Amino acid sequence: MTSATVLGVLGALVVMVTLFEMLRRRRLREKYALLWFLIAVTALLAAVVPGLLLAITDLLGIALPLNLALFVGILVLFLMTLQHSSDLGRLEERSRTLAEEVAVLRLEVEQRRKEQQAERDAPAEDE
Amino acid sequence: MSTSGPRILVIVPAWNEEESVGATVREITAANPGIEVLVVDDGSVDRTAERAENAGALVCRLPFNLGVGGAMRAGYRYALRHGYGVTVQIDADGQHDPAYLTEMVAALDHSDIVIGARFARDGDPYRVRGPRRWAMVLLAAVLSRIAGTRLTDVTSGYRVANRRATMIFAMHYPAEYLGDTVESLVIAIRSGCKVAQLPVDMRPRAAGQASASPVRAVIYLSRAVVALGLALVRRWPATYDEGVEHQPQVVGAGVDAS
Ligand SMILES: Nc1nc2c(ncn2[C@@H]2O[C@H](COP(=O)(O)OP(=O)(O)O)[C@@H](O)[C@H]2O)c(=O)[nH]1
Ligand SMILES: [Mg+2]
Repeated sequence: MTSATVLGVLGALVVMVTLFEMLRRRRLREKYALLWFLIAVTALLAAVVPGLLLAITDLLGIALPLNLALFVGILVLFLMTLQHSSDLGRLEERSRTLAEEVAVLRLEVEQRRKEQQAERDAPAEDE
Repeated sequence: MSTSGPRILVIVPAWNEEESVGATVREITAANPGIEVLVVDDGSVDRTAERAENAGALVCRLPFNLGVGGAMRAGYRYALRHGYGVTVQIDADGQHDPAYLTEMVAALDHSDIVIGARFARDGDPYRVRGPRRWAMVLLAAVLSRIAGTRLTDVTSGYRVANRRATMIFAMHYPAEYLGDTVESLVIAIRSGCKVAQLPVDMRPRAAGQASASPVRAVIYLSRAVVALGLALVRRWPATYDEGVEHQPQVVGAGVDAS
C-alpha cells in the first residue's frame, strides 16, 4: 500500500464518519448528505483501486491521472457552490415573503385589537 | 379627493426617516383629506414608526430591512387584502409633493400606472449630472420604447397604480437592485399594463442622507444596465414568487364592512 492510498482511504473514511454523525445529530439534510456521500465513495474507490483512475485517464487521452482528478474535483465543487447559491436565493426570497406577511399580519392584529377596545369602551352607544 | 371613487392607500417606504416621515404623512393627509397612509417601516433603528403613528398613519413594521421592494410589496399586499382600488407610492423624505396626487389619480382613467416624473418639461428645476444622469436617460429611453409612450423618469419613486397593477405588484414586486423602479415597470408592461407619466416638480430632501454620492454614480450606471438587461430577458413568470393568494381575498369588505 502506498502512502497515497492510505491518505485517500483515510480522507474518505473521515468524510463518511462525519456525515453519519451529522445526520445522526440532524445537522445535515439528507439531500446534501447524499451528494457528499457519493463524493466520498468516489474518492475511496479512486484510492483503493488506482487502476480505475488510470484506465479512465487513458480512455480520455489525458496525460496525468492527477489532472483528471483535479479537474473532476474542481468541477464538482463548482457545481455544488452554484447549487448552494441558488438554494440561498430561494431561502432569501422565502424569508422575505415571511417577513412581509408577518408585518402585514401584525398590523391587522393591532387594528383588530384597537377595534375591540373601542367596542368595549363604548358598549351601549348604538343599542 | 372626492368621497366617491375608489379608496386610495398611500404606501410610504421608510427607512430611518424619523426627521421627515411625520411631516410627510401630515402633508399627504392635509393635501388629500380622507386618504389613508400606510408607512412601511423597514427595520429602522430610529423612531420612524412612532413618528409616523403620531402623524396618523397606519404603520407596518418589517422585522428586518428588506429594501424598498420588500416594503412596497408588503404595502401592496395589505392594499389588496383590504380592498383599496388605488395605491400610491411616495417617498418618506418629503421630495414628492402630494399636491399632484389628485391629478395623478385622475390620470388613471387612461392607464394602469402613472409615474410622477422629473425632466418632463422645460425649466424643470431638478438637476442630475454625470453617470447617474446617463443611466437615467438610458433607462428612460429603453422603457419608453417597450411601454410605447414617452417616459422621462423611470426611477421615480412617486407612482400611482390602479387595482390591476396593484394586484401584479402584490405578486411580483422584485426585491433586487433597481427592482422597485425599473424591473417592476418592465414586469407591469409585460403583463399588459399601460404606463403613463405626469410631469411633477420634486424638492430636495427634507432631512437625512440621499442614497446618491458622486463616486457611487458610476457603480449605479453599471448596475442599472445589468438590472435592465436582466429584467428584459428574465423568464416570466418568476419562479420565486411564492406565498400570495392567486385570488386575493378582500378582508374588511363584504359582511363585516366598516
Ligand atoms: N423600505 C425601505 N425604504 C427605503 C430604504 N432605503 C431608502 N428607503 C426609502 O426610499 C425613499 C427614497 O430614498 P432616497 O434615499 O431618497 O432615494 P432617492 O430619492 O432615489 O435618492 C425614502 O422614503 C427612503 O426612506 C430601504 O432600505 N427600505
Ligand atoms: Mg429621495
